[in-house]
Amino acid sequence: MSAESQFGGVFSRERIVAGPGFNRWMVPPAALCVHLCIGQAYAFSVFNLPMTRLLGITKSTPDDWKLTDLGWIFSIAIVFLGLSAAVCGRWVEEGGPRRAMLTSGLCWSGGFLIAALGVSLHNLWVIYFGYGVVGGIGLGLGYISPVSTLIKWFPDRPGMATGMAIMGFGGAAFIASPLSVWLMRQFSSPTHVGVAETFVVLGVVYFCFMMVGAAIVRLPAPGWQPAGYVAPAQSKKLITTNNVFVYEALKTPQFWLIWWVLCLNVTAGIGVLGQASAMSQEMFPGRITVVTAAGFVGLMSLFNMGGRFFWASVSDYIGRKNTYFVFFALGFIMYATVPYAGAAGSVGLFVLCFCIILSMYGGGFATVPAYLRDMFGTRYVGAIHGMLLTAWSAAGIFGPVLVNYIRQYNLDNGIPKAQAYNITMYLMAALLVVGFLCNLFVKAVHQRHHMRQDEDADVLATVE
Amino acid sequence: MNAQTTNGTTFLHLTLVWGFVGIPLAWGVIETLLSAMKLFQ
Repeated sequence: MSAESQFGGVFSRERIVAGPGFNRWMVPPAALCVHLCIGQAYAFSVFNLPMTRLLGITKSTPDDWKLTDLGWIFSIAIVFLGLSAAVCGRWVEEGGPRRAMLTSGLCWSGGFLIAALGVSLHNLWVIYFGYGVVGGIGLGLGYISPVSTLIKWFPDRPGMATGMAIMGFGGAAFIASPLSVWLMRQFSSPTHVGVAETFVVLGVVYFCFMMVGAAIVRLPAPGWQPAGYVAPAQSKKLITTNNVFVYEALKTPQFWLIWWVLCLNVTAGIGVLGQASAMSQEMFPGRITVVTAAGFVGLMSLFNMGGRFFWASVSDYIGRKNTYFVFFALGFIMYATVPYAGAAGSVGLFVLCFCIILSMYGGGFATVPAYLRDMFGTRYVGAIHGMLLTAWSAAGIFGPVLVNYIRQYNLDNGIPKAQAYNITMYLMAALLVVGFLCNLFVKAVHQRHHMRQDEDADVLATVE
Repeated sequence: MNAQTTNGTTFLHLTLVWGFVGIPLAWGVIETLLSAMKLFQ
């Protein structure tokens, strides 16, 4: 009996092997069911202001929570996303996607329910634990759960397949944000803000949605290939047909080079993503208002989502390494152009630069699973991807800190607000040069790291 | 996309599951686009 059976019949790996007539296009919606839910994390900020007046209702009282305290909820969730993905990657890989999706759904919706309790008790620590820790674990498990499954179903177009799922993560905020606002409006009253009830409804709805994904997900039968596809008999220059064991991958320079590639690409994007609204208003005072800045942020989010599918699909044709070369070279030009756009007063050029930058930010997330598959094979790609996501956690700290502190330093030294971001833009461009070099050094993994045929067979016997 | 009917998966299956994820996503994208249009007004 295989290890995954411990979770019971219908959730075990052997119960979800697809029959002969199964259409592989059923699998991307299964992945989207999960990613469209867990991506809600990007929209958590809609709860921030209402949660600062849970006691005062119409305005904050001294006993209400501060925005700075509430900011930690999202940060803790992202940290536990990275940690759980790194620690549980092998468990996810060996137990199959359905068990992982179930666990992710339980953690994610459970996190909402615990957070609702925290709101009712007005205890912030309960929310940190609920949404941050438990929900964050759900985030990590859910994020990596469909990756290797999609790669196995789409060996001919792995970039496009994983790009579709990860696009869902980027697009989830579009649903969660208006839905959350609408729900809070329904539950609010003159004596009540309605956050706790909204958390309960979201927890229940997300669990049901994720379970639909868990129900329809399937694994391909061993040896399955799409019609007309002939797997390459030998490794190409940067696409291996071998497999690297999950912990062996950590010993390769390729893993750490790609870690830095992802980290630097994300650092550059995440830094401006969080400050886009303020930055646009300060660089174009009087021309971009609060309302138009919100539209600008929405437009950037659309490019963030679309870039995930577009660039990951492009990578199937031009290769992963070349795709990242485009990100770093084009990103360098875009960041270097932003100060010029500000000086010239060109809002259109400014918006264009940031939309392209954000498309490549999303594209970086979506292309990396296929990059890892090319380097380390399909067997443990989900687990290796999980460990690589620690680069995201690190970038989540580097990016905002760089943007915020350099802006403040410039303002303290008397630089006008409209020019306070120029140095940051040049610094981001420099980071992309470093990323370009890291990508340049990525070569094929040495064969001493490959799993032997008998090791492969042993793993297959255990897992399948 | 191969939308032909197969033994295990029918066109209806595919329509249902893609609609299940596609409709909410399309709604969210349209809402966001309407908000983004304010940038150009």
